[in-house]
Formats: sequence, C-alpha cells, structure tokens
Amino acid sequence: MDLQTLTYIVVGLSFALYIGIAIWSKASSTGEFYVAGKGVHPVANGMATAADWMSAASFISMAGLIAFLGYGGSVYLMGWTGGYVLLAMLLAPYLRKYGKFTVPEFIGDRYYSKTARLVAVVCLIFISFTYVAGQMRGVGIVFSRFLEVDLITGLVVGMGIVFVYAVLGGMKGITYTQVAQYVVLIIAYTVPAVFIAFNLTGNPIPQIAFGSVITAADSPHQGEYLLHALNDIVTDLGFIEYTDGGKSIIDMFAITLALMVGTAGLPHVIVRFFTVPRVRDARSSAGFALLFIALLYTVAPSVGAMARYNLTTTVQTGEVGSPDGNLAYENRPAWMERWEATGLLSFEDKNNDGRIQYYNDKSTKPGFLPQAEEWGWEGNELQVDRDIMVLANPEIARLPNWVIALVAAGGIAAALSTAAGLLLVISSGISHDLLKGTITPGISEKSELLAGRIAIAVAILVAGYLGYNPPGFVAQVVAFAFGLAASSLFPVILMGIFWKKMNREGAIAGMLTGLVFTMGYIILYKGVFIEPVIANTPDNWLFGISPEGIGAVGMVLNFLVAFLVSKMTAAPPDHIQHLVEDIRTPRATAAAE
Amino acid sequence: MSNNSGSNGDAYWRANITLITVSLIIWFVVSYGFGILLHDDLNAIEFGGFRLGFWFAQQGAIYVFLILIAVYAIRMNALDRKHGVDEQ
Repeated sequence: MDLQTLTYIVVGLSFALYIGIAIWSKASSTGEFYVAGKGVHPVANGMATAADWMSAASFISMAGLIAFLGYGGSVYLMGWTGGYVLLAMLLAPYLRKYGKFTVPEFIGDRYYSKTARLVAVVCLIFISFTYVAGQMRGVGIVFSRFLEVDLITGLVVGMGIVFVYAVLGGMKGITYTQVAQYVVLIIAYTVPAVFIAFNLTGNPIPQIAFGSVITAADSPHQGEYLLHALNDIVTDLGFIEYTDGGKSIIDMFAITLALMVGTAGLPHVIVRFFTVPRVRDARSSAGFALLFIALLYTVAPSVGAMARYNLTTTVQTGEVGSPDGNLAYENRPAWMERWEATGLLSFEDKNNDGRIQYYNDKSTKPGFLPQAEEWGWEGNELQVDRDIMVLANPEIARLPNWVIALVAAGGIAAALSTAAGLLLVISSGISHDLLKGTITPGISEKSELLAGRIAIAVAILVAGYLGYNPPGFVAQVVAFAFGLAASSLFPVILMGIFWKKMNREGAIAGMLTGLVFTMGYIILYKGVFIEPVIANTPDNWLFGISPEGIGAVGMVLNFLVAFLVSKMTAAPPDHIQHLVEDIRTPRATAAAE
Repeated sequence: MSNNSGSNGDAYWRANITLITVSLIIWFVVSYGFGILLHDDLNAIEFGGFRLGFWFAQQGAIYVFLILIAVYAIRMNALDRKHGVDEQ
C-alpha cells in the first residue's frame, strides 16, 4: 500500500474515533458543557491536560528547535514543565475548591468587581485567540504536507472535526477526545524516537540513548559518546558546543520563568482542573498531567540531539575540510529530495563543487572563517527548516510507512486537542462571563448553553480564518500568549488565594500594569501590528532580557503594583476574607453553603 | 476561621505553606540553580555521556518536578486527614 493511502486510512480512523467519542459524550447542562460535570477521573484529566497543553508547536517544532539551539533550547524543556509544580501547589487545588466554571469568574468574585472580571476576560480572549490561530495553521500544514491537499481544504476539515466534538460535547466531549488524542500523539512521537535511538546506540530508550555510546556500524564516531561526538562535529563546523552556551544567563533565567509562570496562568490549562471531582484529585491530576507531558518532554531533547547528529553526519561524510569530506549533491538521500520539494529544505551550490557544505558561516570561533575560506567554502549551502526534524525523522531512519502515517495523525491530534481546549475557554468567557455574568444576568441555563455553542462555532470560524490568513504575529504567538498569561492573570489569582488583604483596586491595577508593560515591550521589539520600533538585538534589550522572557518582568511589576495599591486602599470586605479562608481548606464549610 | 476546623485551620494552612516553601526551593535549585546559574560549574562533572549541568537542564529538572508534585499530593492528603479538613 502506498504512503498516501495509508496516511488517509490512519488519519481517517483517528477522526472516526474522535467523532464517536463526541456522540457518546454529548453535554446536556452548562455544568457538563463548561467543566464536564466535575466528574473526570484524575488520571483521565491528566491525559486530557497533557493533550490540551502539548500543541502543534510541542509536537512538530520543539525537538527541531532544541536540535539547532542545543543547550539554549533547555528553556523550553524546563519552562514548559516547571509550571505544573506551580499549578499543583499554588493554584489548582484552591480553584477547584472554589468550584465554579471559569477563571474570570473567580477573579470577579474574589475581587467583588465586574470590572476585574471584564479585564480578565479581555486577557483570556487575547491569550487564547493568538494561541489558537497557530494551532489551526498547524492542522493545515500537516494536512497539506502528508495528505497533499491544499491548505484551505486542510483547514476546513480540521475546523469541521473540532466543530463536531466541541460544539456538541463542550468540555465533556473535549475531555474524552483529548484522552484519545493523547494516546495517538504519544505513540506517534515515541515510536520513531525508539527506533532511531536503537539504530544509533543500540539502546531503545531515548532518554538513556541520549547519554550513550554510538554503536551504529556506519558511524564515523563508533565507540564515542553521542554528546561528545556531537560537540566535536558541530564545533568543527564553526557552531557553538551543543551542550553549552547560546543565550545569556539572565535571558535564559527570564525566559524559563516567563514560560513556567505563563503555563500556570494559561486559562485553558487552569480550567482543566475544574473538571475533577475533588480537591485532592486536582493535586494528583497535576502530577499525572506532568507525567504524561514528561513522556514527550524527556524524549524531545534526545530526538533533538540524535536528529542534529544524523543530519550533520549525513552531509559531512568525511573529515571536515578535506575535498571529498562533504556529501555530493547527486548522492543525497531520498528524504532530502522529498523535503526539497516542500521548500523546507534547500541547497544552493555557492562554490560550484557539486557538494553540500553545511556549516556556520557567521561563526565567531577564532580562525574558523579564514580556514573555511581556505578550504574553498563560500558560505553555508544548506537551509533546513527546524520543523523537518520531527516530521522527517521516520524517513531519515528508514522506518516503515505506517510510522510516517502515524506521525501525521499525531501532529493533527496535537493541534486539534489544543485548539479545542482554547476554543472552549473563549466560548465560556463569552457566554458565561460576558453574557451571564455581565450583560444579561437573567439568562436561562438552556439559553446560556445555546449561547456557549454559538460562541464556540463563531470562535472556530475566526480561528480558521486566522489560520488561513495569519496576521504577522502568529510566529510570535509563544512570546505573546505566555508573556501575557504570566504578567496578567497569574499574579492576581495567586495573591487572591495567598493574601487575604489583596483587594479590588490592587488586582485591577496589577493586571493592567502587567498587560500594558508586557504587550508594549513585545510590540516595541517584535512589531506585532506595526513595524518594530527598536531593533530586536541583545544590546537594545532592557536588562538584556528578550521579548520572549519579558513576561517575567511584567509579572514582577504586576505583583509590586498590586501589593502597593492594596496597601494604600481599603481592605476587602469580611465576606471576601471568609471566601479566601474557605478555598484554602478542601472540606466544604457551612459558610460556603 | 472555617467552622469545622477552628484554630486547627491556621495550623493546617501554616503546614501547607511550609511544605510549599520547601518544595519551591528545591524546584528553584534544580532548574534555575543547576540548570542555569551553576550550569557551567556542574558541566565539569560527567556521568555516562552527560555533562551534569546540561543533564539537569534537559532531563533532571523534569524528573525532580514530577517527584515534587507526587510528594506534595501525598503529604497534603495526609495533612487534610490530620487536621480534619479532608473531603468525605
């Protein structure tokens, strides 16, 4: 059977599964629509959270990003996992005890203020929409690359699938499809990794192969540690050491912090912990979520290192600098040829020797560039898009076609599950916080449910449009969504639980400060709706912190402003202080009834 | 004070804060400490093919995070019962 037919079958089967689950888990009340009736088992919720959390970026892009950044890529690994520790200890159990439907609802109640709730809804919608646009784009790309349909067809099919199970099932449908999507994506991610690890080192466990000795008979580094060989070969080619350097310490610190805190402040992640039956389940569920996420996140750096090694030695077949040390273009492997067709990999023979020179032509290594010139190298000739690293992995390792089909299904699962979770918080923000909470408080449950379904349908259309016609900022989504979540929502939720005296004025001032500062800084350097005002280079950055990490500074400002303003204005009313006491203990108290 | 825990509620909350503080110190040390600030120094130590600082940044910190949450969840369940604030 040819690859394309096989891919259609595997992807089609996964879709049939998702739709089947949607029909089985139709939501019939707002409680089921918003929080799955609070009846989700903590292990199932952990899987759903993992799928919700791991987006197209985690599945498709992250390992490739790490492959090219080496040690510098660690910010994503630590940043996107460490946030769960914060969630488990600082947010999830108390928000579950509070026991309502949305994040803005908590902020509105805790700060006895519709204004605070509205500011929170604005932050939430902004964070979620920027994020969801990237997911729809991911769906479209996987479709067009593996199923060879055009982008718009891919988008429409993806939107249709999300539409069926999100509109019908709400949170309940989304939760159980996410469980299935987790299973699909983790198998799709680990199977190729296991094969590649085994081929290269003889050890099938990627986390161990990462630190093992290369045993592959055709490798020029047989008997050396993988990471040693990798360090040697990349530095020979003028790149920085794989296990070292890259970003400045302060920038690594700030980015890691912004990603961790941002993770804990993302509404679509927080709301997953509203769906479990008890407070203790919220704690354990955060642990299960991280366990399921770690299965991918500890494999990814191994995949990154092995992919970088495989790519480099494929091109640099012999000694660096010797005339026949580089791969002749006409002898390139079939997978290179296939990916050239997509434009994600390209070769330009700058010195007309018919061979591929892949090296760092902007190297700062002393003496390297003159040396390269002496060898007759006239610039780097191979451009490789980082997304190829995961998608082409099965082909590079010569794995059977069914594995390639599985990777396609996995990429789609990762994108769809995240998109659905985001769309749900957008819709509940509109139907529950804006309509029920602010504009039309008298609305019946039936009408609210209908409004939620309409809101999610509209949100899907908008997301699809953004995916097809991305505004310039989709590529910067990560910096934006995480920075905003870290600097706007996280501090006020945290202080709302841990500091009884935190009041309305402090919360509103804090959120606005964090939001405006972070958004302003990112727009200044990255130019989201406008051209960047200041060149995005380390010399220009405030304290040497890049726009990716600035959310950490915004968060600190939010805390400071919220604290000072709360100190200077009236303390919150008694019933609010009782509410705070109540959410701190798991058992229901009379006061809360 | 919550009604059925009385002054016990304060002790419960203090115990929780202590546990969180200890956990977050470890959380900080393995990621920001070992993985970033002390990365260069730890890289002088190698085990298997790994440099230690690099290993913490790309593997070790994640394993420690997992252990931290597991220990916290178990200890809190015990604290809930001890202070009579567990869900029935």
